Amino acid sequence: MDATKLVHMANQIAQNFRVHAEAEAVRLTVEHLKSFWSPGMRRALQEHAQASGEGLEPVAAAAARALG
Amino acid sequence: MNRERDLGTKPTGSAEQVKLTVDGREVTVPKGTSVLAAASLAGLQIPKLCATDSLEAFGSCRLCLVEIDGRRGTPASCTTPAEAGMVVHTQTPRLLALRRGVMELYVSDHPLDCLTCSANGDCELQDVAGAVGLREVRYGNDGEQHRTAPKDESNPYFTFDSSKCIVCSRCVRACEEVQGTFALTIEGRGLSSKVATGTDDFLSSECVSCGACVQACPTATLNEKSVITLGTPTEAVETTCAYCGVGCGFRAETQGERVVRMVPSKRGQANEGHSCVKGRFAWGYATHQDRVKKPMIRARITDPWREVSWDEAFAHAAAEFRRIQASHGVDAIGGITSSRCTNEEVFLVQKLVRAGFHNNNVDTCARVCHSPTGYGLKQTFGTSAGTQDFRSVAQADVVLLIGANPTEAHPVFASRLKRRLREGAKLIVADPRRIELVRTPHVEASHHLALKPGTNVALINALAHVVVTEGLVKERYVQERCEPKDFESWARFIAEAKNSPEAMEAHTGVPAADVRAAARLYATAKNAAIYYGLGVTEHSQGSTMVMGMANLAMATGNVGRDGVGVNPLRGQNNVQGSCDMGSFPHELSGYRHVSDDATRELFEGLWNAPLSKEPGLRIPNMLDEAVGGRFKGLYVQGEDIAQSDPNTQHVVAGLEAMECVIVHDLFLNETAKYAHVFFPGSSFLEKDGTFTNAERRISRVRKVMAPLAGLADWEVTQGFARALGLPWSYQHPSEVMEEIAVLTPTFTGVSYERLDQLGSVQWPCNDKAPTGTPIMHVDRFVRGKGRFMLTEFIPTLEKSGPRFPLLLTTGRILSQYNVGAQTARTDNVTWHAEDVLEVHPFDAENRGLKTGDLVLLQSRAGETTLRAVVTEKVQPGVVYTTFHHAKTAANVVTTDYSDWATNCPEYKVTAVQVSRASEAAAFQQEDRRRDVALRQVAPGAVHASK
Repeated sequence: MDATKLVHMANQIAQNFRVHAEAEAVRLTVEHLKSFWSPGMRRALQEHAQASGEGLEPVAAAAARALG
Repeated sequence: MNRERDLGTKPTGSAEQVKLTVDGREVTVPKGTSVLAAASLAGLQIPKLCATDSLEAFGSCRLCLVEIDGRRGTPASCTTPAEAGMVVHTQTPRLLALRRGVMELYVSDHPLDCLTCSANGDCELQDVAGAVGLREVRYGNDGEQHRTAPKDESNPYFTFDSSKCIVCSRCVRACEEVQGTFALTIEGRGLSSKVATGTDDFLSSECVSCGACVQACPTATLNEKSVITLGTPTEAVETTCAYCGVGCGFRAETQGERVVRMVPSKRGQANEGHSCVKGRFAWGYATHQDRVKKPMIRARITDPWREVSWDEAFAHAAAEFRRIQASHGVDAIGGITSSRCTNEEVFLVQKLVRAGFHNNNVDTCARVCHSPTGYGLKQTFGTSAGTQDFRSVAQADVVLLIGANPTEAHPVFASRLKRRLREGAKLIVADPRRIELVRTPHVEASHHLALKPGTNVALINALAHVVVTEGLVKERYVQERCEPKDFESWARFIAEAKNSPEAMEAHTGVPAADVRAAARLYATAKNAAIYYGLGVTEHSQGSTMVMGMANLAMATGNVGRDGVGVNPLRGQNNVQGSCDMGSFPHELSGYRHVSDDATRELFEGLWNAPLSKEPGLRIPNMLDEAVGGRFKGLYVQGEDIAQSDPNTQHVVAGLEAMECVIVHDLFLNETAKYAHVFFPGSSFLEKDGTFTNAERRISRVRKVMAPLAGLADWEVTQGFARALGLPWSYQHPSEVMEEIAVLTPTFTGVSYERLDQLGSVQWPCNDKAPTGTPIMHVDRFVRGKGRFMLTEFIPTLEKSGPRFPLLLTTGRILSQYNVGAQTARTDNVTWHAEDVLEVHPFDAENRGLKTGDLVLLQSRAGETTLRAVVTEKVQPGVVYTTFHHAKTAANVVTTDYSDWATNCPEYKVTAVQVSRASEAAAFQQEDRRRDVALRQVAPGAVHASK
């Protein structure tokens, strides 16, 4: 999937958890991605985060890198 | 034909019983029951004309007279309550003489054309004339009478022949009491009195064609045109409407396999005898000439379709899907279940995907409507469902209606709501538009919070802020029913000044004082209920808004009893069911995540197939992956994503990028233009099954006619599955329901036998609740303690600006349904032949626009043209349209922005520009150019066979 779209969606998720402390926001974002995103989408996001991470906000970037 | 019993007056529902004697028969009835109804319950029929049990007693026709021991005179039995010890006589010589005299007067001004009358054999006047033994009319034909009165045939579905009217007022009262529209009145006095619409005819009046007046009419005065054309029906089958999420019970009245009329059933527990123009009249699409009756295949979308046998279609589709998986991987195909199909059919499609495609790439149209409801209510309450039954609104004292327009989209529920409002309940409307319920005859909202599109969460937070900071929290309820830590955290968050009405006014545009007043009204009501629609869910924060409403309801103690709750008004007939049945890519039936090992093992054991524990692709993900070249095959049952889903050009690009698209539908719809296999579908009249409505009510769909294409939809999916090698051998949809019950804890008590016994049942239906659950979360929430969620307002990125200075929001209209596949093929186009764009006079003047002008509607996604209607229903800066007609292509303009949690599209907020146009937009012109070629069917059909 287009990285721009994945970044947009991941940022949206992270923003909606930003009301929590950062560590908790990262945990909730990871949990959300694992619950609702297909493995292929998660893999693509993770690869993007590990490559340039362009466009990813901090919580989303941390969550993307934390995807196992 | 078996007719529905008519007790003459409404049941009282009193628990106290009284015993009386009618014509020597002892009968015990609830206190308050009329003598007329008591007699009927005793098996005795008292003649009547102005009485019917859907209406309040009226006492005008003077036919239901009785004599009562110890009382003087001959009182009307419809207005006389039964009392303990009462001795009633219904057939004395005095009564017979009186009735015969009354009937003689009625008939003296009635055409005596019974043998050629359209109501012959179905006329209460005729029946009563027979019952009273009327043999002559002594008044002659010379006096003033109405036999030559003109007939009003303006309505496409029924006629009004005032020459046959007996002025019983049943139609007028039905319009008032049942529908709540007040379109009819009795004009004039004495012999001059007549039923009138206040305008020239029915079509130009306020009549909404719900059919309540036609149903109430005891003569042929108001009569269905289908009955006039075809004759009276001879048989009746109880079934469920296939339109909106209200799920009305209907009697399909037929002559053999030919439907003569659809009549709302009094036994239908969602509608209790009422209907709207769609369910009542717009069923002609089922036998429309556009129906495709043969399976078809083609190699390329530019090839003409070739009709083939079912076996060839199944084999071809299966071979294509297996080829794609071999070439592009197991995850390269998926399916979309239909919220218009039955639970059983939906269950089979998701089973096919999980067990046959070996992935979880299954989704449903709820993705684009109520998926945020699923997420939000599961997070807060523990399950994805509305909390109440529809009857509950009769106990509500305050109704908070958010982003819903029930008089257009859920009209039968709207009638219940209006009835309660006429009784004195208060209404708060939160909607950018001035919907009908803001102010209509006999109903006016206490508050209209006309927020800017995209600011729902700001508004709900502001309402909750008032509740928390003004001490309106129901502390005891929260302590007993909710997670304390989550509540404390939420209360601190919501009390922050940034969430105050004053701070949020900058976002919402709603004066803070109005928000404060509305919050106080909601929070201090004995019973306050929230009803909401797609104006809540179809936003970038749709899920947050659902959680925000749940927070508000919990904080004020408004969950878990009659008259309260959080209630999604579902769009399509079986949206609730399609979600329940495991249509989402992350959930199995009963909302259990695919990663749950125990649940998955249960399914694997019964299905004898390994299941993936990873979530699959959602519809927008499938399309994105298709454009990216990794998703190649899609089985679409009963949805038209090329018209209904946002950013049409992206949808089309996704479909065109696939190697095999299978469309399973009644018609060659927009999506089918990009398909390679077409499975002809079956309408709700052609199959057995169940639908589940917005109140979780599971109702039977019963077959009225044989499938026009030879197979019901569940048989088609089974045929496809068998071609893929799955050993399915269901003989009847009831067997599918048995499997659903085994695998789904909330359905363990559901069976066709139980549904036949109870009429319908609301899930959960299991050992704990064998007759179902009208109201959820009564003593505890499904998840145990209710969970408050933090709902920070995050403005959408979709903003108006210099290039696109207006905000477009979309919705529905009464006469049409969804993409118009059904209603646009009926006479409902009389009321709405095309989608139009509502523009505020200020914006219209700035652009030099007037009503009727062709305008270009542009967004960053695309552009289309449609006609403008200048109206103050919309606020300045906001325009509004519907998406019912393919030629309008409203979704060419909507974008692929979506809800953060569920990817539900943000249909309700699109930045646009509007300008005068002289020709159709480029997309429309290209679409029209390709339309014929992409739907072409090759000559030389073969016979479809099983």
